[in-house]
Amino acid sequence: MITISAASNAIGRARVSRLISISGGILVAIAVIAIVAPWLSPNNYLDTDFDNILAAPGVAGVHLFGTDDLGRDLFVRTMMGIQVTLLVALVASFVSLVIGVLYGAIAGYVGGRVDAVMMRIVDTLYALPFIFIVILLMVVFERNFLLIFVAIGAINWLDMARIVRGQTLSLKEKEYVEAARLTGVSTVRIILRHIVPNLIGIVIVYITLTIPQAILVESFLSFLGLGIQEPQTSLGALVDAGVSQKENAAWMLLIPGGLLALILMCFNFLGDGLRDLFDARQSP
Amino acid sequence: MVKYSLRRLLGAIPTLLLVVVLAFLLVHAAPGGPFDSERVLPEAIKQNIDKYYHLDEPLPQQFVRYIWNAVRGDLGPSYRYRDHTVSQLIAGSLPISILLGSLAMLLAVVVGIAAGTVAALRQNTVVDRVVMAFAMTGISIPIFVIAPVLVLFLAVKLQWLPAGWSGSTGAARLLLPVIALALPQIAYIARLTRASMIDVLASPFIRTARAQGLGTYAVIRYHALKPAMLPIVSYMGPAAAGILTGSVVVEQIFGIPGVGQFFVAGALNRDYTLVLGIVIVYAAMIITMNLIVDLIYGVIDPRVRYR
Amino acid sequence: MVLWLLVVACGTKDVGQSDSTLHRGLGTDPESLDAQKARSVQAANVLRDIGEGLLAYSADGQLVPAAAERWEIADDGLTYTFTIRADARWSNGDPLTAMHFVLGLRRLVNPANAAFYANTITDIVNAEAIISSDMSADELGVAAIDAQTLRIELTQPVPYLLSLLTHPSTFPAHSKLGNVDTANSTGTRLSNGAYKLLSWEPGSLLRLQRNEHYWNNAATAVDLVHYHVIVEETVELNRYRAGELHTTDNVPPENFAAIKEERGDELRISQYLGTYYFGFNLTRPPFKNNPHLRQALSMAMDRDVLVEKITGRGESAAYSWVPPGTDNYAPPQLSYTNLEQEERNAIARSLYHQAGYSDDKPVQVELRYNTSDTQRRIALAVQAMWREALGFEVTLVGEEFQVLLTNVREAQITEIFRGSWIGDYNDASTFLNLLLSSNPANMMGYASEEYDSLMQRAAAQVEPRRRRLYLEEAERALLADHAIMPVYFYVSKHLVRPEVRGWEDNVLDYHYSQHLSLDVAR
Repeated sequence: MITISAASNAIGRARVSRLISISGGILVAIAVIAIVAPWLSPNNYLDTDFDNILAAPGVAGVHLFGTDDLGRDLFVRTMMGIQVTLLVALVASFVSLVIGVLYGAIAGYVGGRVDAVMMRIVDTLYALPFIFIVILLMVVFERNFLLIFVAIGAINWLDMARIVRGQTLSLKEKEYVEAARLTGVSTVRIILRHIVPNLIGIVIVYITLTIPQAILVESFLSFLGLGIQEPQTSLGALVDAGVSQKENAAWMLLIPGGLLALILMCFNFLGDGLRDLFDARQSP
Repeated sequence: MVKYSLRRLLGAIPTLLLVVVLAFLLVHAAPGGPFDSERVLPEAIKQNIDKYYHLDEPLPQQFVRYIWNAVRGDLGPSYRYRDHTVSQLIAGSLPISILLGSLAMLLAVVVGIAAGTVAALRQNTVVDRVVMAFAMTGISIPIFVIAPVLVLFLAVKLQWLPAGWSGSTGAARLLLPVIALALPQIAYIARLTRASMIDVLASPFIRTARAQGLGTYAVIRYHALKPAMLPIVSYMGPAAAGILTGSVVVEQIFGIPGVGQFFVAGALNRDYTLVLGIVIVYAAMIITMNLIVDLIYGVIDPRVRYR
Repeated sequence: MVLWLLVVACGTKDVGQSDSTLHRGLGTDPESLDAQKARSVQAANVLRDIGEGLLAYSADGQLVPAAAERWEIADDGLTYTFTIRADARWSNGDPLTAMHFVLGLRRLVNPANAAFYANTITDIVNAEAIISSDMSADELGVAAIDAQTLRIELTQPVPYLLSLLTHPSTFPAHSKLGNVDTANSTGTRLSNGAYKLLSWEPGSLLRLQRNEHYWNNAATAVDLVHYHVIVEETVELNRYRAGELHTTDNVPPENFAAIKEERGDELRISQYLGTYYFGFNLTRPPFKNNPHLRQALSMAMDRDVLVEKITGRGESAAYSWVPPGTDNYAPPQLSYTNLEQEERNAIARSLYHQAGYSDDKPVQVELRYNTSDTQRRIALAVQAMWREALGFEVTLVGEEFQVLLTNVREAQITEIFRGSWIGDYNDASTFLNLLLSSNPANMMGYASEEYDSLMQRAAAQVEPRRRRLYLEEAERALLADHAIMPVYFYVSKHLVRPEVRGWEDNVLDYHYSQHLSLDVAR
């Protein structure tokens, strides 16, 4: 069994780097296509075409993915949906990253009373039924596009803060941090120059987990009618519209749904791979 | 441990208060009121409504009045359901949501752990790949896609199960909603279990047990399962949150009169009291559950001690 | 345990088992089943089963006597005297008396009950004063002359009073309820209608049972009625297809074409007393004092495309404000009704230029609508139509319904907004009263002296034909001003299983359960 596990370790490592490169590659490809393709298409995401409502892919001439219930080209709209979905996910994750990292690093490094209070606040916020709060926020601020990012980011930063705090606690004891402290470097500089850069590894891993979460929350909001506003669209909104047409025009569901699933899978695989990599580097 | 629990519970009170304040402000910040409609009320009637529901008082006063009543168990009348109080509505809908959520959680844990363990034992074989492929699709497809598709095939076309909640009284109407709700969590838990189980199975003391001649089942049951469960237990919190989120979707699709439905309707209808009542009840439940999870963690992992 | 659940999972499906249970879909939970406090269409539907007014409608939409068996109207139209049926009873056996109707109407105007429909009876003597808390509710101009005789006194003739008295808000109140706001639990709820309320699970199900004391109980065919609360139309459709519902409250637009093919004879589409419109905010620029722009936008909207391709459920394009089929009324039409769309577009373009706009200087306006699939599609279509015909891009703002209502009422930021108006009773005034300058619900801010004076003169007429002339004249003025853009007239749409008998289409979309029966043979 020992020999097998050693072999599977080596195979495992090779698989991991393949996993990372393939899923990373797919994501980059999707993003690039989503940005470039609309320029190449003769259609735009706005134009309605009432004579070609719910046309199947390829049927009505230039509609590669078919049309939706208003005759709008589904290909361009899907590309836009990908752009918006990725944007929301990245920005929301970035927001939660910035807040979480700074919060956790400060709490972990400063320690003592400050740490206790800060973590107490985190515990308090954990008690909020977040999805309800998000719904309320959406209702209060009338579906501001910007606010969607903020709201989603506000859900996720708690876990990030906890993890970062944990890491900071162990980093605090490292020699170079001690040295910096002894030579009189200010706390702020220590946090920004020494702690934060060493968190990058674990942060990246968790980002790849929070991004799928953010994407699903955004699509969930679209389902409730609280997501992105017309005529803009996101993959979640497209999928929601597709569900109601699943019997008449299955492509309206399958195409955006398939792409959404693909993007989520890639992020998840990427996260798996990065986590394995990180753990491998961590273990002695 | 008892002292620890008591301390935690006491500390929860300011938390709860903060939650209520936040929710109160949010709900009242939303434009529009509970009695707006296209048929505009004559001024005199509007004033009477406002007076009856204390909506004409300044916000802080309304808040104090609300807290004073809530502490004595009176969560107020619902503005939207004028014949019912908030307590009645929550008392009617909470058990349903809890039943649904618990069954889904149970299903998710049992099936997820089982699937993940099988995948770990048969690592890198076809079985493993298939199980993980299912798991991956489970977390990549939103519930509001899975549920309607399930309804379409199993309820409408095949008519094996009821499509809605109110059409029957048996347990059959639970099946589809519970499955739909549990699927994403089954997927997450399966993945977590597999990773954790693989780690545990590779560790020295497992090798020792094997060397002693214990069969696979015994190894798992008596040696590997407990330590492998640590990440699963930590995931219980997010799992519950995930089920709560999913329940809003599932309740809407199956027409289940659960808390999620009432909350969304309450937010959209500006039913202040209903929304607040639900937030309070849920916050209390989440705090309690977090405490329980922490305690379980302490039981399972002997390295953790609570002072 | 899972196995046990599966074994127990022999869920009973009610449809097809018990012949005399009717399963109906209901689009929203009633906000209240207190007749005076309810306000939604769905609440009224249920109330019409568990209560009864002086009059009611037959299955095909004709006004018929109900709790009142006959009545007399004085020559000046100001006094009505009703004779209550001697055999009318409440569900506990108590006789129904005139005093109960007095109590009900007093409850309606009593400001403490905050009743929405209070101002439909403002023409009863002292009603207005009571609503403004200047008088006590006991002073209302209704009196029980004796146990069987009810007298109502009016301040001015109300030709449609009889149809008003079918409305649930005028239902009688048992003396137990009194005048104040009492929490009405199902246990103490008494019914004078064909059914009584057995149970109510909010968000899910209302169960009604035959009221054996109802005076016409012998004609009621169905013993139990289950109203299933289902908000999402597609969910309701699925449950109908799964065999769980006999009738639906609605039909979703997405699958309409497919449903028509599969179940054409189960589909019931009928004209409905409601208008879908876009309103202008007439109190601010650019629509204030700008009839050319308003007319241009109105003409450039291709209503036929909207009803055929966008809504596609049999609605008819609206070229008037009051829907056709309204009692005693023939709505005048917009001036350009008979022109082809290209001709309308050409004229619209020239009007647009006359108003001072052009391709280089397009008008900048916002169109607000409440977020829902259908509204979104209509708004997008209209945006495209105006873009092609007039060359400007209207900004679409989708808002949640409550937010839209607030904005429209405040009239500060709205420019064009989507609205709908459903008639409360079968008379043109329920639509035309909305545009009176004195009406607080006049969201357009329309204030025309000509209109107000024509409406006033119409209200003073006792003779229906003369009244009708004034009303039609008023609408002509309204349409010429292009104060609003009517888009289409609503249709009521339901799916009704073939074994349900007695369902007849009518313009009010009232389908009393007591008129329905289940054909067991199928």
